[in-house]
Amino acid sequence: MRNCIPLIIIALAALGPAAAAVAQAPDGAAILRRVDENMGSDNKITTSEMVIHGRRGSRTVRSRSWIQGRTKSFTEYLDPPREKGTKMLKLGDQLWTYTPSSDRTILISGHMLRQPVMGSDLSYEDVMEDQRLTALYDAAVAGEEEYAGRPCWILDLGSKGEEIAYFKRKIWVDKERYVALREERFAKSGKLLKTTEVKTVERVKDRWISTRVVFKDALKEGQGTEFNLESIEFDAKIPDHVFTKASLR
Amino acid sequence: MIRFLLKGLLRDRSRSLLPFITVVLGTALTVVGFSWTNGAISAMIESGAKFATGHVKVMSRAYAAEADQAPNDLALEGAGALISELRSERPELVWTPRIKFGGLIDIPDGNGETRAQGPAAGLAVDLRSPESPERDLLNLDKAIVRGRLPERPGEILLSDGFAVRLGVSPGETATLIGATMYGSLVIHNFTVSGTVHFGVTAMDRGAVLADITDIGAALDMEDAAGEIFGFFRDSLYRRDEAAEVAAAFNGAHGGDSGEFAPVMASLHEQSGLAQTLDMATAVYSLMLVVFILVMSIVLWNAGLMSSLRRYGEFGIRLALGEDHGRLYRTLIAEGTLVGLLGSVAGTALGLGLSYYLQVKGFNLGSMLKNASIIVTNVLRARVTPVSYFIGFIPGLAATFLGKAVSGIGIYKRQTSRLAKEFEA
Repeated sequence: MRNCIPLIIIALAALGPAAAAVAQAPDGAAILRRVDENMGSDNKITTSEMVIHGRRGSRTVRSRSWIQGRTKSFTEYLDPPREKGTKMLKLGDQLWTYTPSSDRTILISGHMLRQPVMGSDLSYEDVMEDQRLTALYDAAVAGEEEYAGRPCWILDLGSKGEEIAYFKRKIWVDKERYVALREERFAKSGKLLKTTEVKTVERVKDRWISTRVVFKDALKEGQGTEFNLESIEFDAKIPDHVFTKASLR
Repeated sequence: MIRFLLKGLLRDRSRSLLPFITVVLGTALTVVGFSWTNGAISAMIESGAKFATGHVKVMSRAYAAEADQAPNDLALEGAGALISELRSERPELVWTPRIKFGGLIDIPDGNGETRAQGPAAGLAVDLRSPESPERDLLNLDKAIVRGRLPERPGEILLSDGFAVRLGVSPGETATLIGATMYGSLVIHNFTVSGTVHFGVTAMDRGAVLADITDIGAALDMEDAAGEIFGFFRDSLYRRDEAAEVAAAFNGAHGGDSGEFAPVMASLHEQSGLAQTLDMATAVYSLMLVVFILVMSIVLWNAGLMSSLRRYGEFGIRLALGEDHGRLYRTLIAEGTLVGLLGSVAGTALGLGLSYYLQVKGFNLGSMLKNASIIVTNVLRARVTPVSYFIGFIPGLAATFLGKAVSGIGIYKRQTSRLAKEFEA
């Protein structure tokens, strides 16, 4: 036993720095909670444009959205003329769309949820995602890295078991602003499905908001979809009738 | 010598009539069998051609690379000008644009809410132009089950089974939910003008047939087409000619290396059809070889029987001093004559039957419940240059060989023993 004591001391000495590093690494769940809090939304009205870079060229689609919490949103497309007047209403886990040319309100469901919104790299499923990341994923810190000139935590997110669009994610979280600057989204098989890259982050009131994000569907060709937030109005007063099917027509 | 043998054959029917009839029937059956097989392969080609490949097909280079998925975002733009060019440069083919699309068909109730919905595969063709070949190509007039063909803008056809499942009748509204050429969601109302029978379960379960102008407008594909089909005017696919047309087109457009530049592919170059056709041809050829072999054995056997029946005659001729070699040669010459005359007559008979089956066809309509778009109900033979000589293989060679083998017995007959044979 006496002979073992030096060995134990040597082992503890060797493990010391590593143990200290583990002690310093923040809890993945805590980081993810901060990301959720930063992204958490109140009543807000936004105007944005999507620049869709397809194989044939680029198209710009402008829209205005009314958002209440995480479960209700109403979007009206403003441009181009072909899309003008198209509306989408999200209430909880249901999504309706209305087009003036057909005068029909259609519930988007099933495999249609995986279709791209306006031909972009965003799917209806992406638009529908309304739960906090902490509710969907277990997070573990995989490392730290500088990304786009910002120090970041790299988090590996694994599904908590629910049937969700992306089984795993890897996100680069800005250590100071708790904004996910880069994200890779994977299928259960491990196949990369989508990437997002935040190009611009702005301080709006007490939050850090991503105002320019590039989404890229890894399964299709093209240069991705650029999402530009033109304006955002927090704590906006939105009448309840906006979030009803009647407002679609 | 030949005149002498011919006289003998004509005067002694017992040694010529049965072999002749056997050769005629065998040869005729071979010719009809070969032509029918040709017809079956042609029917398979035509069925694939009218729906999937055309005899030749023009697509954008990018579309061609993913043609199985019919990616409309990679469709040909400026299709109208391209079709005009093709019609002018290659008038020996009929050119027609197509758009394949997919989506959901949604049937509204009285309030505009979804009453029924189902996934659908769609095909847009030129249905309304008077000069369009599509009505005939797709056998549409006969494939109609309920209602009528689209005559006015905004009218579509549904597969009958699909319409029944959705509970929609001609005259009602059906909404197509799909994607434009640029990927945007499309919700477009159509009126169901009628229902059709496609004849393929997958299509009958959920398919839409619409006019290309309407679908072009709905999918933001005005003056665009996924594919431009070319068909030879006589409806017969000719592999070498199609390959030549495709090569000439690609040569003329080879300078444009862009991914949306048009490229042409012949039927054989598409969707692995070459392998399927080669396999089908190999199987049919094998069947034909077996058939010819069987016929050869039958004709050979007829030759043997004929020679055996003349055992006594050969004995007398040998006893009279005729040379073994001369007897053997006359026997073979007789067989060859019978084979030649029988093959000519049999080929003429077979060709006559084959031409009749090529022109009139064999109509299975009464046996099939419904006429359909994809599966033809009239099976036809197809006469090719090979049909003119294929019958000579069993007809001539088998009789020749039959006589040659059976005649070997002549050399085994010894003149010294002939007297004893006659006594017996």
